[in-house]
Amino acid sequence: MDNFETITVETDLLICGGGMSACGAAVEASYWANKHGLKVALVDKGAMDRSGAVAMGLSAINMYVDLNSGNNTLKDYCDYVRNDLMGITREDQVSNIARHVDGSVHLFEKWGLPIWTDEEGNYVHEGRWQLMINGESYKVIVAEAAKNAMVETGGEIYEHVYLSHPLMDGDKCVGAIGFSLRENKVYVFKAKAVFVGMGGAVHVFKPRSTGEGFGRSWYPPFNSGASAFFTIYAGAEMTCQEVRFIPVRFKDAYGPVGAWFLLFKAIATNAQGGDYMQENAAELDKWEPYSRIKPCPANLRNWLMMLDVMDGKSPIYMQTAEAIQRIAEQAPDEKSAKRKLKELEAEAWEDFLDMTIAQAILWAATNVQPDKKASEIMACDPYFIGSHSGASGAWVSGPEDLQNDQTKDEYFWGYAQMTTIKGMFAAGDASGASSHKFSSGSHAEGRIAAKSAINYIMDNNETPNVDQAQVDALKVEILKPLVTFDEHKGYTVDPDINPNYIRPKQFMYRLQKIMDEYAGGVSSQFMTSDKLLEKGIELLTYLREDVPNLAATNLHELMRCWENVHRMHQAEAHVQSILFRDETRWPGYYFRTDKPNIDNENWLAFCNCKYNKDTNEWEMIKRPVKYLTQ
Amino acid sequence: MPSFVILDKCDGCKALDTTACQHICPNDLMVLDKETMKARNQDPQMCWECFNCVKICPTQAVEVRGYQDFVPMGASVTPMRSTEDIMWTVQFRDKNIRPKRFKFPIRRGVEEGKAQPFGHYETGDEDLKSPTLMCEPASLNTERGPVKMDKVPTL
Ligand SMILES: Cc1cc2nc3c(=O)[nH]c(=O)nc-3n(C[C@H](O)[C@H](O)[C@H](O)COP(=O)(O)OP(=O)(O)OC[C@H]3O[C@@H](n4cnc5c(N)ncnc54)[C@H](O)[C@@H]3O)c2cc1C
Ligand code: SF4
Ligand code: SF4
Repeated sequence: MDNFETITVETDLLICGGGMSACGAAVEASYWANKHGLKVALVDKGAMDRSGAVAMGLSAINMYVDLNSGNNTLKDYCDYVRNDLMGITREDQVSNIARHVDGSVHLFEKWGLPIWTDEEGNYVHEGRWQLMINGESYKVIVAEAAKNAMVETGGEIYEHVYLSHPLMDGDKCVGAIGFSLRENKVYVFKAKAVFVGMGGAVHVFKPRSTGEGFGRSWYPPFNSGASAFFTIYAGAEMTCQEVRFIPVRFKDAYGPVGAWFLLFKAIATNAQGGDYMQENAAELDKWEPYSRIKPCPANLRNWLMMLDVMDGKSPIYMQTAEAIQRIAEQAPDEKSAKRKLKELEAEAWEDFLDMTIAQAILWAATNVQPDKKASEIMACDPYFIGSHSGASGAWVSGPEDLQNDQTKDEYFWGYAQMTTIKGMFAAGDASGASSHKFSSGSHAEGRIAAKSAINYIMDNNETPNVDQAQVDALKVEILKPLVTFDEHKGYTVDPDINPNYIRPKQFMYRLQKIMDEYAGGVSSQFMTSDKLLEKGIELLTYLREDVPNLAATNLHELMRCWENVHRMHQAEAHVQSILFRDETRWPGYYFRTDKPNIDNENWLAFCNCKYNKDTNEWEMIKRPVKYLTQ
Repeated sequence: MPSFVILDKCDGCKALDTTACQHICPNDLMVLDKETMKARNQDPQMCWECFNCVKICPTQAVEVRGYQDFVPMGASVTPMRSTEDIMWTVQFRDKNIRPKRFKFPIRRGVEEGKAQPFGHYETGDEDLKSPTLMCEPASLNTERGPVKMDKVPTL
């Protein structure tokens, strides 16, 4: 494409993404790079103020370990995460984030984030690890500090630039390539180290709503698997690719339930008023020991609910009115009861308005007043979000000082947060096996990764060797959908229907249908089997073969093409990993009907995988789970 | 709820280089039609209803209406965001239910644009090889330094 200008940017550290982990990386990297005379550049497909999963805001900080109070230890946090993930977790990673996260939270407050405090000035907890915030501008504030850090230290920020591929020099990552969403420009970033923080993936599976509400997935439609693609394409070892996350949320608009369960102590029931956590408790025997430890793992709570759904006991309700009534009744007199009710009502609505405004509209449109009427809840579709209650991501090195004799050889290779690819670092949704880091932990992990990357650069301070032939070939490949469309558009009357190409939307629908029906999506009630997966892999192969036929009319659609290629790689890693893990471990996330039980003897292990982009082959690797705290 | 632009209210951000709504949309959905100088959502099906285009529009030209494939008609949620707080008005489908108004703070103690990244806490060691991050250990409010498993008190 001759009408595309190529802009080459040379930097020391390249930060891919502008979300929570990238903002943490930007602050920390700026600090250390400035001291050591290094340069930092950051690239985001959106505007940092409102990009990523926190675009709308959040109503809680979900990871605050409060080590200083002495109430909690790193071991307590590890216990919580390990149990929620049914034993599969990297304790070195989890505790590394846990020992730094409080510092990120305290900085957020210094930067202007209103964290709720009680009369004595202590943080208001939603649950043991969660803090309540007025978080409409959470991302704006965190991005502001990151941008100011970059500006103060001479860093460069590129917004509205979409990154499509990493640049490789053998087994080393030396930059990234992408294009502007505004002008005909290809961007080539050459770097000594690359930080990957481009979030998780949604729309790999078919969402429940398929009309106008297609975009109302719980996870934001603009995080489309770039982190997974970058690390997979680079040949990095990936981990927990089978561990998707299925949140249970208010039905259809997917408003948060955390405040209802944790703060207001509401219970959920089936249509007959039965409490499925109690009525189906016997099922928990099958999932021991994890099922017996409090809090009960999220996927098992899902599972007990799903059993009722499969039994025809829907709708499932969050008993909001009951919960509010109970709290109001605790007030000493009628006046304070009234005041309390008003307060609770505002808190309930703010929970939506801060992070899922759609839910507020849906409640208003269905005349829901939570103190008068219960509301339906439901399992969403599957998402890849390793920072939340999923675990998928790259296999990264842990910190040296938290290893013990058994873990050191398995979990440490020189630089904390570095993937198995030299110079490629990952954090947030991009790094796996360290769930429950959420917004604050992702920020802290981004900071750990950034300092580590600066350290790596100082140790390996060589000009990145970027092969021009690789860049030229990628440029042609990246822009090909535009060429394909131009070449063939005149052949049919309707440009949407043309036998010579496939538009990105249809490509996405095809991917989603395969995943939905063969890999346990919503319409198969999250059930799959070896035979279904094998068939799914066959259909995914045809999809891959059609990638060169993608067509785009403009830059926006060109981005859509590559987003879906990214999603497709996430999908492949997922089906390969579900198939490899010969058991069912997280029944409320997916259920292997041919292997319906947990098998701790053989599968208390990580399922890792590696992709070879030259042969399109996946190598599956089983790695031992080794704990630090037991 | 896909965003939509009210014809009479949009002034195309007065033909500035980038329009506010286009700049802010995390999904690259808002575009300006160069002929009419009006903005629109180019792919409502991919809209997350994050309201960022609504909050940022200087002329209040952008609103959101519920996705019609599952939201009954007639309700609305309207934000008014200033530098320090946000006001919400929630109107129900049933007009007998009184509209709700909420006001929440959005930032505290730091003026917009002024978040100072550095210098809030001292950095304990300036050693690139140590696990101590910028502002640590002071920002952890602990004397214990980079926390190790065995150094943290158990319950
Ligand atoms: C609905 C929802 C509710 C949540 N609620 C809470 C909560 O209450 N409390 C809490 O603590 N956490 C919550 N979380 C979790 C939290 O949002 C995430 O853990 C956190 O945002 C992860 O950070 P990240 O940096 O990995 O990804 P993100 O913050 O999502 O950032 C990803 C970044 O990558 C950019 N990007 C993506 N692709 C590309 C590309 N190809 N090129 C360039 N840039 C790209 C995006 O624009 C964005 O800047 C919630 C998440 C969701 C989805
Ligand atoms: S921000 Fe408002 S005025 Fe500006 S282009 Fe968008 S809709 Fe029009
Ligand atoms: S509501 Fe959000 S996703 Fe939808 S157009 Fe506006 S900014 Fe974009």
